[in-house]
Amino acid sequence: MSTTVIVRRLGGGVLVLWMVSVITFALIQLLPGDAAEAIAGDYATPEDVERIRREMGFDRPVVEQYVRWLLQVLSGDLGNSLYSGRPVTDLIFEVAPATISLTCVAIVIAVVLGVTFGIIAAIRQGSWVDRAVTSLATFGIAMPNFWLLMLLLLPFTVMNNWLPATGYAPMSRGFGTWLSHIILPATALGLASAAELARHARGSAADVLARPYIRTARARGATGSWLISRHVLRNAAIPVVTVLGLHVGRLLGGSIVIESVAGIAGLGTLAINALLQRDYVTVQGFVLFSAVVVVVVNLIVDLLYGWLNPKVRA
Amino acid sequence: MATTTIAAAVPLRRPRRATLLRVLLRRPSFVVAASFLLLLVVVAVFAPVIAPYDPNKQVLADRLQGPSAQHWLGTDDLGRDVLSRLIHAADLALLAPLISVGVAILIGVPTGLWAGLRRGWVDAVFSRIADALLSLPGLAFALAIVAVLGPGLVNAMVAMGIVFAPNLFRVVRGAALAVAEESYIESARAIGCSTARIVWVHVLPNIAAPFLVQTTILMGVALLAEASLSFLGLGVQPPDSSWGSMLEVAYQNQYRAPFAVLPAGTALVLTVLAFNTIGDCIRDAVARRRSA
Repeated sequence: MSTTVIVRRLGGGVLVLWMVSVITFALIQLLPGDAAEAIAGDYATPEDVERIRREMGFDRPVVEQYVRWLLQVLSGDLGNSLYSGRPVTDLIFEVAPATISLTCVAIVIAVVLGVTFGIIAAIRQGSWVDRAVTSLATFGIAMPNFWLLMLLLLPFTVMNNWLPATGYAPMSRGFGTWLSHIILPATALGLASAAELARHARGSAADVLARPYIRTARARGATGSWLISRHVLRNAAIPVVTVLGLHVGRLLGGSIVIESVAGIAGLGTLAINALLQRDYVTVQGFVLFSAVVVVVVNLIVDLLYGWLNPKVRA
Repeated sequence: MATTTIAAAVPLRRPRRATLLRVLLRRPSFVVAASFLLLLVVVAVFAPVIAPYDPNKQVLADRLQGPSAQHWLGTDDLGRDVLSRLIHAADLALLAPLISVGVAILIGVPTGLWAGLRRGWVDAVFSRIADALLSLPGLAFALAIVAVLGPGLVNAMVAMGIVFAPNLFRVVRGAALAVAEESYIESARAIGCSTARIVWVHVLPNIAAPFLVQTTILMGVALLAEASLSFLGLGVQPPDSSWGSMLEVAYQNQYRAPFAVLPAGTALVLTVLAFNTIGDCIRDAVARRRSA
């Protein structure tokens, strides 16, 4: 990929991040009525409201507030929680590992299941395997992820005691313990994406399999896993990677509900608690952090796309 | 001369639209999905007549029962009949997605048309805003809007509508861009048609198909979002209930009444499936007509 393309992509990413910063900044400005009063809550004295107005800088012009806030954010300071008074950055970094584990395992499950079944369906087009994969994918897309987790919990934790029901165990407590806590929530979170990936992988693999170079490869004696890994996988991966990039945001959003069902103290739980405690600064920090993660991941996907598909490198 | 051409062109489109419906009605999956949604509308409208019990009547002695002849789908933690509650929440399952998709249409369609037809800086500005909004994780952004507006079903659904608006914007903008390139738009402009008339007569009918596909699929996504937000306690507030909040009750009691997890979830999946199937069928029918 040429440097200009990379620079242009990076520029686009920075532009989107700037717009995201404006939107998240606007959140607190848009609080109904007086922002300081909304933050102070129902039982605040006028002095409290005045103090908050001064501390948060609401008495200054909006543009000045924005510039000050942006400079703060760029130096890694997302402000202090209105509830606990602790830096929001600390709160986020404390719980982020749980959410990152959950999302990453979900992505692995989505890719492994989605690509495998999608390609199998494409190879056996029209067979019962193909029909089964296609209908399961249709169901998977329509399934609320938190309900799926409740269904998975029934046999594994409610009726039997095979897996721990709730909570998150960090990797430091051992890989097995970590995995046993994360596997059910991650499956529930990743299955809808797996279903959609299976559809796309089936489509693009079927497309690739019909190409003349596959016939040529077959004529030269390429069969089975060699044919798939060498010729089909890489070409079929292109649309899959794009879809996956789009799904990172959805998985991060979906983890909010999944965490609440699985009792995982992650970013989603942090956001929900902050929302219920009217801790707007933490909510703002959460939205900004998630948006940055999604934009950066999509940027990486964009660059990866150029590496996978030489045609767009120009 | 010019007016007769247009007058002749207008009635020609009518039979085409009728054909799309006829093509759709030949597909069994479309018929099943559409019938299910119609049934749901009937159930929602006649809920008080159909439901066997008062959905809010508590019989604490009968709490957390499994299915029985008296209570086909069992009872919840306050001894309320689950089937009756399911039936009474059917209206929300249809209204909630309508609110968010309505909000998305109100924001996405005019801006999409404007950006697609006007192009230039209008397009650049709106497209960048749409990119930024799309890069926010949907549910997280909705959460932020609910934080501003306060919890509640209407607020939650308006928030989801704002989240969906960039999707519709993109679809409408893309279609409008493509249509604006056509020579008949140029001809219409040349004979002095106003922009409003061009949009109404030429652009809107041509973007109807992608618009329909996107809105039906968004209905399903909106219902899932409603369920998620109500499950988290940010959507529908007690004593009202939706399938999502019923699942929350079932989740709290899953160790004592595992069966209760099934009814509301099944209703949700079937409804979302119906919306998605209709969207898929329209997409297929349109694609086939194009290639034919």
